[in-house]
Amino acid sequence: MKSLIIGMCFMASASIADEIWVSNEKDNTISVIDVETLEVTRTLEVGERPRGITFSQDYSTLYLCASDSDAVQVIDPESGKILHDLPSGEDPEQFILHPDNRRLYIANEDDAITTVVDTETRRVIAQIDVGVEPEGMAVSPDGSMVITTSETTNMAHWIDTETHEIFANSLVGQRPRHAEFTSDGKTLWVSGEIGGDIVLFNVEDQTQIGQVTFEIKGIHPDMIQPVGFKLTPDDQYAFVALGPSNHLAVVNATTLEVEDYILVGRRVWHMAFNRDKRLLFTTNGISGDVTVVDVEKRKAIKTIKVGRYPWGAALRIKD
Amino acid sequence: MFSVIRLYLIALMVTTVQAWAAEIIVIDYIKVAKPTRPLLSNLDPIPDDLGIQGAAVAIDDNNTTGKFMGLTYELNVIELDPEQLSTISPTLQSNGLLIADAVAKDLLQLADADKNQTVFNVSAKDSVLRDTNCRANVLHTIPSTQMETDALFQFLKQRKWDELALVYGNFEDDLAYREALHRSAKKYRLDIDEERAWIFDADLRRTAGAELPVFTQQLDEYDVLLVADVAGDFDRYIHFNTWLPRPLAGTEGLEPKAWADVVEQWGAAQLQSRFEDKASRDMRSEDYAAWLAVRSIGEATLRSKARTASEVRDYLLSSEFTMAGFKGRKLSYRHWNGQMRQPIPLVHAHAVTANAPLPGYLHQRNELDSLGIDEPESKCGAFK
Repeated sequence: MKSLIIGMCFMASASIADEIWVSNEKDNTISVIDVETLEVTRTLEVGERPRGITFSQDYSTLYLCASDSDAVQVIDPESGKILHDLPSGEDPEQFILHPDNRRLYIANEDDAITTVVDTETRRVIAQIDVGVEPEGMAVSPDGSMVITTSETTNMAHWIDTETHEIFANSLVGQRPRHAEFTSDGKTLWVSGEIGGDIVLFNVEDQTQIGQVTFEIKGIHPDMIQPVGFKLTPDDQYAFVALGPSNHLAVVNATTLEVEDYILVGRRVWHMAFNRDKRLLFTTNGISGDVTVVDVEKRKAIKTIKVGRYPWGAALRIKD
Repeated sequence: MFSVIRLYLIALMVTTVQAWAAEIIVIDYIKVAKPTRPLLSNLDPIPDDLGIQGAAVAIDDNNTTGKFMGLTYELNVIELDPEQLSTISPTLQSNGLLIADAVAKDLLQLADADKNQTVFNVSAKDSVLRDTNCRANVLHTIPSTQMETDALFQFLKQRKWDELALVYGNFEDDLAYREALHRSAKKYRLDIDEERAWIFDADLRRTAGAELPVFTQQLDEYDVLLVADVAGDFDRYIHFNTWLPRPLAGTEGLEPKAWADVVEQWGAAQLQSRFEDKASRDMRSEDYAAWLAVRSIGEATLRSKARTASEVRDYLLSSEFTMAGFKGRKLSYRHWNGQMRQPIPLVHAHAVTANAPLPGYLHQRNELDSLGIDEPESKCGAFK
């Protein structure tokens, strides 16, 4: 009897544990990882070539870029069922949900367009011409501006979310992949995959104010390719995925010096923190797994096998 | 052949808001007719717009960026016969920014006509153009044959396939390819133990099964049969018709190429689909080289104040310039001979087998310089 109660408690606690949702680009699936057991608990069938992945603010809805299905899919995270598709423009790769919890800003990679969709009316509100192969998307904390970075044009485009017009363009390093605002909204970070750097912009006047460069002993600089990254909530550190160098860099956001390099899986791409930010989950495209990093110790503690070419990762808080 | 010089302009269709009064940068694309010879197979005609479509896609790419910077790019395409080259100058519209799609001799005539021009070589693979017969005003975006064969030999060496035999055609380009194979063999210390020239004139579509087993029976034991048949006349018929069951490499089988429709990594799939939308055909090496040339001019003019042909050239040869070219590494130009550094995919009909430089081929400056003529052995003095 006692063992049964313990068993039930365990089950109950397991079912409310938070989850990391990972999109598997070459499997048309999502792998759901239990943050406590660090195991895959569910694998969901989704649309073609899933990449960008994000939850609504209350975690009741999942949005997923199904790039080759030319749709953003809306998924019920409880049942795993696809509820409906949103119009997204062609080849949606990455997107960002506005702080109003309603507008999705979507990068249409094949079309050089950023599409704005109202998730409630399910209509396209605006389409904005941007550079060739838009990918990185970021929204300022106050919601007043959205950034699209374009890979072949090598620019960050600054979009006014009132008018849906571009108000500035900044040239960045070759092949920009990802952008993030600091939590105070004062600084924008943009990674350049082939340029091999991250550049920082002063949001107020869009001037470049800093640069982060990387160097790993024994790895040719050309193979150190910053792609996805995340800032810690206090803006103290940035964790940067360095693609084919198979390392994560820990960047001091004040000095812009790299303090540590952590070996993770092959072609590390994007990442997500758990709720208390003690764990970081990285997607490793070529090795087809997720590395769990202990943030404080700056060490990889576990590798979790997922589907083929894991791309994006998103935390689902369950309470 | 063209009886008159054909001219047309490829420009941006301005459908979006032109932010500010645009400065226009014109690039001349000069396609000089090349000698062709009849081939056994009718399967792979050379597209008339080879190269031009690659440049056209890059013009669009440049313009998408340019519209945010107040720059507009136009391509002035000139198609002509070699004997018309001497009368070309009135048809040129650029400020000395020329893309040359021509054989070596015609390329040099163009380059030497005006030393202030910057000429981008997008099709001539001759090693001498990067070596003893180099020009200070010529940049090469097409890899040399030597870069290609070096790429292949890195792979053969890594797989320890070191017993090699060679079958080569008897035309000038085949012999140049053969020479490059021999130089690569020496560089990577592998032996081409035996070689035979293919000089038969049977129609192999009918007789490959009868002729080739016997022809290759006379070769000793080998791991890989190298083939040097640049025009693709007979090499395709050797597959599965060798006496020993062995793979082919070189101009058939496993091929080192600047670009092929099977390249898809590092975002290449996006470039392939942009190209197919525009050209309604696959993108080939010459298209890719032309894309690189026009994009290089785009980068130079968007990122610096370079406007004249020599300013563009100086910027491209400086350490400031690097470019992304869908091959997973930074591309740049070698300052000693103007050749663009680039990885070389080793491909077969359906996939990329490997990408050179292969891991382990180290170089004191840049691993990409393990492909082709390196600075210490270069006999090009024009860039000093």
